[in-house]
Amino acid sequence: MKSNFNTKQRILKDRSLFWGVCILSALTAIPLIAILGEVFIRGYEQFTWTFFTEPTPTAYKAMKAVNEGQPIPGGIANGIIGTMIILFMASAVAIPLGILCGAYIAENNKKRFAQFVSYLTDLLQGTPSVIIGIITYIWIVVPMKGYSAIAGSVALCIMMLPLIIRSTEETLRILPSSLKEAGLALGANKARVMLKIQLPSAFGGIFTGILLAISRVIGETAPLMFTALGCSFIRWSIDKPISAVPLLIWEFFNDPYQQELIWGASLFLLSFVLILNLLSKYLARKWNR
Amino acid sequence: MESIESILEFNKTCVSYTKNTMAVKYVSAEIEKNSITAIMGPSGCGKSSLLRAVNLMHELYPNIKVEGEILLNGKNILSMNPIEVRRRIGMVFQRPTPFPTMSIQENVLAGFTLNGLRLDKYQREEIVENTLKSVSLWDEVKDVLNKKGTFLSGGQQQRLCIARALALKPDVLLMDEPTSALDPIATKHIEELLTELQKEVTILIVTHNMGQAKRISKRSMFMYLGELVEYDLTETMFSTPKDERTKEYLTGRMG
Repeated sequence: MKSNFNTKQRILKDRSLFWGVCILSALTAIPLIAILGEVFIRGYEQFTWTFFTEPTPTAYKAMKAVNEGQPIPGGIANGIIGTMIILFMASAVAIPLGILCGAYIAENNKKRFAQFVSYLTDLLQGTPSVIIGIITYIWIVVPMKGYSAIAGSVALCIMMLPLIIRSTEETLRILPSSLKEAGLALGANKARVMLKIQLPSAFGGIFTGILLAISRVIGETAPLMFTALGCSFIRWSIDKPISAVPLLIWEFFNDPYQQELIWGASLFLLSFVLILNLLSKYLARKWNR
Repeated sequence: MESIESILEFNKTCVSYTKNTMAVKYVSAEIEKNSITAIMGPSGCGKSSLLRAVNLMHELYPNIKVEGEILLNGKNILSMNPIEVRRRIGMVFQRPTPFPTMSIQENVLAGFTLNGLRLDKYQREEIVENTLKSVSLWDEVKDVLNKKGTFLSGGQQQRLCIARALALKPDVLLMDEPTSALDPIATKHIEELLTELQKEVTILIVTHNMGQAKRISKRSMFMYLGELVEYDLTETMFSTPKDERTKEYLTGRMG
């Protein structure tokens, strides 16, 4: 029997499809690389020691420096410290709460209430951040009679929760059920099996989720405008308006004499997110082995 | 069947997953103390369901109902506290389940730590050494006790899991096809180990390896479609099966 397959043509087809996919993938990578490149080229010169240790310059100082053709003095230290304080407080609440909630949903996925909570989590994840900002403004800023780092961290905490809940739930669900059963078969109660066996075994996935949640909210600007407001000097108190790196980028944009600083601040933010992402990828891979 | 010194007794035990379908139908049997009893049968015959009823594993899944009685030294397990039952009835699963974040030593002691029982250093060392010796794993792991249990081979992991269950000194050890994920050599090790262990603990083992049942068990149950078809001394069952279905299964015409 003579085969009527045209092998040559089939190989050619296969090849062209392969290269087609490669080229299209490369095309989608172009915007990403272009953004990274642009920010890096414009921003890296500003990465000096004082950029990380000095607060933002006053409008007058910036104007003077620009007019005299000198580099803009000052840096983004107030923003970095503000971002760290807000993130620390947001994480301190969102991480334990998110893990507990994720564990509850994973363990009780047949119960109505758990399904309801799970649904709300999805809804929260899709809520525009500006709405979370305005709600936090009404809940926290108005009763406290002022903008504050606390209000900012509440807004970011709400945004982090769904991400941590989901990653906890999903990691717990892919653990073999025999692990939990083996723990219970030794006579331990459910809470102990969760705390001593299931959660530690799921640590890799949960930690990855936490890092992704942090990198997701670190660049949030809108909710902080309603809550943290901003501050032009380094401040450590949590009940007063405070600065944050994304807020600074917005402020720099609005001041014609400070616009150059946008790029340094953007590069800092971008590098931070990139490092967190790489770290989470590395951890996920290490844990899955 | 002659009278036996029983430790565990099934009395019209039923397990149902949904309302109208029973996975285990009215099983009644007495399990002899300090011996190995095998539960055989084709896939889906209810042998695992019966085994898991003994340490109340079904309680984790609210839709599963267990009815009838299962008596441990004359007391009905089904009305006892699961935690109490599980401390006296250990279980080993089909796939080795060492706790991945714990070291070998911590795995052996997991039954104590998970139950919040405090031990001093001397007790810990003694329990770890004795238990690992009883599963003949001590010589292989005594220098790596602080390594993760998951670094061991499949057979070693399974022995570690047996050790973990034995550390609590249970009356009964339930085994759900403990060697089906292991190679023949590891299987042989475990079988030798079980023959040794029956002096101290009553073993109830689910297997769909007839050869295994024949090699190690004193008595065998043959289950089919949820029913206990035949329960007898293993020797008798293999030489002169009474039921036609048992005969078919043992000769390989069904299974």
